[in-house]
Amino acid sequence: MIKQLSWKVGGQQGEGIESTGEIFSTALNRLGYFLYGYRHFSSRIKGGHTNNKIRVSITDTRSIADDLDILVAFDQETIEVNYKELNNTGVIIADTKFDPKNPDDSTAALYSIPFTEIAAELGTSLMKNMVAVGASSAVLGLDIKVFEEVVREIFGRKGEQIVQKNMEALSHGFEFMKAKLGSKVGTHQLERADGQKRLFMIGNDAIALGALAGGCRFMAAYPITPASEIMEYLIKKLPALGGTVIQTEDEIAACTMAIGANYAGVRAMTASAGPGLSLKMESIGLSGITETPLVIVDTQRGGPSTGLPTKQEQSDLMAMIYGTHGEIPKIVMAPSTAEEAFYDTAEAFNLAEEYQCPVIILSDLQLSLGKQTVEPLRYEEIEIRRGKLVTGNIPKAENKEYFKRYELTSDGISPRVLPGTKNGIFHVTGVEHDETGKPSEAAANRKAQMDKRMRKTRDIRFNRPIHKNIRHEEADILLVGFNSTRGVIEEAMGRLEQDGIKVNHAHVRLIHPFPAEDMQPLVDAAKKVVVLENNATGQLANILKMNVGNVQKISSLLKYDGNPFLPNNVHSQCKELFEYDNI
Amino acid sequence: MITFKDFRNDVKPNWCPGCGDFSVQAAIQRAAANSGLEPEKLAVISGIGCSGRISGYINSYGFHGIHGRCLPIAQGVKMANRHLTVIASGGDGDGFAIGMGHTIHAIRRNIDITYIVMDNQIYGLTKGQTSPRSEAGFKTKSTPQGSIEPALSPMEMALTAGASFVAQSFSTDLKDLTAIIEAGIKHKGFSLINVFSPCVTYNKVNTYDWFKANLTKLSSIEGYDPSDREAAMSTLMRHNSLVTGIIYQDSERKSYQELIPGYAETPLAHSDLNLGQERFDALAAEFM
Repeated sequence: MIKQLSWKVGGQQGEGIESTGEIFSTALNRLGYFLYGYRHFSSRIKGGHTNNKIRVSITDTRSIADDLDILVAFDQETIEVNYKELNNTGVIIADTKFDPKNPDDSTAALYSIPFTEIAAELGTSLMKNMVAVGASSAVLGLDIKVFEEVVREIFGRKGEQIVQKNMEALSHGFEFMKAKLGSKVGTHQLERADGQKRLFMIGNDAIALGALAGGCRFMAAYPITPASEIMEYLIKKLPALGGTVIQTEDEIAACTMAIGANYAGVRAMTASAGPGLSLKMESIGLSGITETPLVIVDTQRGGPSTGLPTKQEQSDLMAMIYGTHGEIPKIVMAPSTAEEAFYDTAEAFNLAEEYQCPVIILSDLQLSLGKQTVEPLRYEEIEIRRGKLVTGNIPKAENKEYFKRYELTSDGISPRVLPGTKNGIFHVTGVEHDETGKPSEAAANRKAQMDKRMRKTRDIRFNRPIHKNIRHEEADILLVGFNSTRGVIEEAMGRLEQDGIKVNHAHVRLIHPFPAEDMQPLVDAAKKVVVLENNATGQLANILKMNVGNVQKISSLLKYDGNPFLPNNVHSQCKELFEYDNI
Repeated sequence: MITFKDFRNDVKPNWCPGCGDFSVQAAIQRAAANSGLEPEKLAVISGIGCSGRISGYINSYGFHGIHGRCLPIAQGVKMANRHLTVIASGGDGDGFAIGMGHTIHAIRRNIDITYIVMDNQIYGLTKGQTSPRSEAGFKTKSTPQGSIEPALSPMEMALTAGASFVAQSFSTDLKDLTAIIEAGIKHKGFSLINVFSPCVTYNKVNTYDWFKANLTKLSSIEGYDPSDREAAMSTLMRHNSLVTGIIYQDSERKSYQELIPGYAETPLAHSDLNLGQERFDALAAEFM
């Protein structure tokens, strides 16, 4: 019996690799296993190798595994590309149709199973995926009954006969594999999971659900990888709440439309990836100077320009903090799990209204598209706070005097009135303006308005700006990261501890304004600070250096080849660093 | 009783004396009053350029945005609060150069807003460069030998983009212009109104006198039927687009808002932000 394993299915893009992984993982999720999935895909629709690697564990896991236990191959390319990842007890289950060959230096066992033939005999070769799922279940020693519910949900609307055919395909695959394995059935038998109900979702689902819970009722967006799932989810769900999504003509329209909608009082958002964010920059400045709430999601991918559209990277950090000409108050958050993405997105709408400024939710491809187990989400913890929104009657002013929408206040935040409100008329402009919003270039006014805006987020209230795992008062290494690297750090940390190295972990959840006071003691309490990030220039390390003392301790662990970190990378490099310093 | 004076504020426009934009401002104020609007129920969203300042000169809610983007901002405002009357406004550079992508798609989308372009065939605020509306041969600071690009016809373009309301006017015809803006406000869908608004400082070709000599009123063309799209197009072509009046109107077409599935009658700005536990549980269950 084992506690965790990794399963991967691969083939040509457009061949149904996704659905194979979907059925397999949904059933395991219902049994209570913790899952973490990561897709390898290319920027094309049909053809090209694609795979979906899913880790299954009886304990919480948020990282891709170093190695692989089971590889389901729909073509020889899948074997060639992935066999080296298989461990010594690895198993390849391949479709007989392509006459699979096990490479000479492969240590894995190859089983050729007639996926396509079995499926075709049952009526359609489309069901080859079900045969593969059945065969996988035999290796795992699973009862195929667990799949029935899932199959029924997927194919139920096509009729009972289709459901039965798919179950038969599953069963045939199972029996065929069982016969081949003989006494080896259940070589990869997992320990029983706890059977608890948990959610299984990608980060983008969590962001979209968080937006609904946070009161978002309008979205304007332009499709882009890896952000589109957010708009696709909301367009399905918003009509039932009276709201809608507009797919705009471009990214600039998406951002400015969201600004217009927020100005008029609905909680509205937009979402994109790096290329879209680059286009939105001028608009983000408009939100800043006009103090219009705005929630924007940036799902980072490989840059610059079109870069690596379907690969992991975390290189938008500096652009999100500093990117817009001029200076504005801004909040940049970076959830590290789907669970945090849910709560942080809901909270982003509160912060946008409370501080009347743009709020950027930074994600990355691995978090946005990686599918992970999420503990039940606690809706009761979601608050709706609208800051200084004026809801009562406004007394009539003398001589059509405008409402002081940009009143100079001690905290910099002014009362906000929505268009349509009687006696609340004021002007909004991206030009520097006075307290009523009328353009003014006077030096004293400029300074007063600039100071007012910049002091708004100075004392920002943010719950747990750093996710901390502090095990030692004095640590050898403090590992620092943001977004999806949390899981890999946690796993590497465990291994380093086993080596006798004392490790603390700080994952930055509020990137800007940077929680320096919270971070400084953690830096002080470590001999070395290693900042782990998927970019080439160490952007988070630089932000850290700008905000804390003792910067000579800070070093970077960088990966920018498009692939996420693996626990082994992090473990060995941190160990080397530790040993080098302790010779 | 609301009059145009209720739409006046205390800000003195920074336009040059004689600028056509003064009349456009007056026409919007009159049309708003004639439409029975309260000032707080009107939102004027403007772009960047001399004309973009107009949102600050009308006593109503106003939003002076960024260059070329008044249309997406205005559409966002209308989507958030369908009870507001939304007027978007800007110059020919704003709408037909930097913002052209938005103009075409706002026309297609047909959200119920009125877009007034103050067309002076030149870039005024940057002190005299060519515009997409400048005629070929037009000499400016950026085209010292004369423009080698032809002028765009926004009216023809709007017709081909599927516009439901296309009109053109001349800023000195205050009465006609007011009536057209009123019709635009009343129209259920996107209304595009191009107004020839001469720049007295930088455009010495397309002057008041030039327009008076060259414009044809559609009302003077016998039997002109603004519901006939084909006739509208051929009339524009025949007159080199130099016509004024309502060129085309499709009163049958539904606005974008009327077509959105589930779109609330209550403005979204006033919607309940709480999902409720039951609804949330149902959404979460889809991920189990």
